[in-house]
Amino acid sequence: MMNENFEPKIIGFMCKWCTYAAADLAGVSRLQYPPNIVPIRLMCSGGLEPSFILKALQEGADGVFIGGCHFGDCHYQTGNYQTNKRIAILQKLLEEMGIDKRRVRLEWISAAEGTKFARTIKEFVEDIKKLGPNPLKKEA
Amino acid sequence: MAKPKVALYWCASCGGCEEAVVDLAEDILKVVDAVDIILWPVAMDFKYKDIEAMPDKSILVSFINGSVRNSEQEHIVKLLRQKSQLVVAFGACAHLGGIPGLANVANRKEIFETAYKLTHTTVNPNNVYPQPVTEIPQGKLTLPEFYDTVKSLDQTIDVDYYLPGCAPPPDLIMKGVLTLLSGNLPPKGTVIASEKSLCETCPRNKTKPDKMVIKEIKRIHEVIADPEKCFLAEGIICVGPATRGGCGERCINANIPCRGCFGPTKEVIDQGAKFLSALASIIDANTEEEAKKITEQIIDPIGLFYMYSLPTSILRRKQGV
Repeated sequence: MMNENFEPKIIGFMCKWCTYAAADLAGVSRLQYPPNIVPIRLMCSGGLEPSFILKALQEGADGVFIGGCHFGDCHYQTGNYQTNKRIAILQKLLEEMGIDKRRVRLEWISAAEGTKFARTIKEFVEDIKKLGPNPLKKEA
Repeated sequence: MAKPKVALYWCASCGGCEEAVVDLAEDILKVVDAVDIILWPVAMDFKYKDIEAMPDKSILVSFINGSVRNSEQEHIVKLLRQKSQLVVAFGACAHLGGIPGLANVANRKEIFETAYKLTHTTVNPNNVYPQPVTEIPQGKLTLPEFYDTVKSLDQTIDVDYYLPGCAPPPDLIMKGVLTLLSGNLPPKGTVIASEKSLCETCPRNKTKPDKMVIKEIKRIHEVIADPEKCFLAEGIICVGPATRGGCGERCINANIPCRGCFGPTKEVIDQGAKFLSALASIIDANTEEEAKKITEQIIDPIGLFYMYSLPTSILRRKQGV
């Protein structure tokens, strides 16, 4: 399964107030991290429909990254608490569906944590490389 | 003027949809008066070759129930599509894939092994499995080919209308039949039921607390449900929030929570994901550990979230089998 040339495609759903800002900070700080992530900015990670994650996987994304604020930091008070519960149940469903739950990763990264963002993405890309391509990926 | 021709056909189904037609009771006489039934395998004797001999589009409407899981079903529904002006997916299996669609957690090999070998009541020492073609001295015997993946009707042929439900309630069937016969047709793709979720018309909706919070998930056989209160508020999983209404709340009135046979509302693609989202919102868990703990109480998430809609969900089937 392991392919030296395999470059995973990762869809990132990130909240505007924390993780997306952290990605901006990582950028202006000139931190190095792999370019495999396609960032999508959301107002809140709590607004992310689980069907979007399933759709990303069904269309062949090798991994889906979800970034939100730390507990207690949500701009909308409780959005990240909802995300936490949704992703927990979704990961259980994915395992039953025969999809490795490590393909979906949830992290809390604040606007000040540019280094954590860069480190997390680097780790995630390495993990996905170990898992190999998404079996749902359509032949190009 | 000749009466309009109507066909009724079943694919992978339990026969409950056929029962539902019979459950029209006296109303069925009105239907029989108005139309000529030219195919109804469960009740009358017809030959496929007679259908094949008919001119294209000569059947006004074909009501097809059941999901599509073998080559005979695929052949007949394609034939009926060719011969019919309108095709109605009748019942949850044709509409969404239904209960037979849960077979998509396995494949043909696994299903055959379970059905023809592993069950305790099966004796099959020579490992005989159904084959599409078997040679015997007298000639060839054929069986339809069994597919790995169960499909809904609209994943096989073009479908004009949907009558949802497991099985569709008689009043909806009558409404559907009369609408089609009137010639005043709704837009193609219409699901003949409510546009709103079941909760909108649920008689227990008024007992729903303003803020619903559940600390544990109970299964229906573990508790005696209060016949008045909202199931979800009690911690019993009810798929009503993610399910189209119009069923007449038959299950709710029998003190059984909704399992989602009417499928999602128009705006929703994936009923299971939508319900997952709704369920997560009412769970009381403020840390990752608490969320994990209550998630463990969800037994069989596929069967719970996709009891009737696995083949038409985004992922459609279990991967890697």
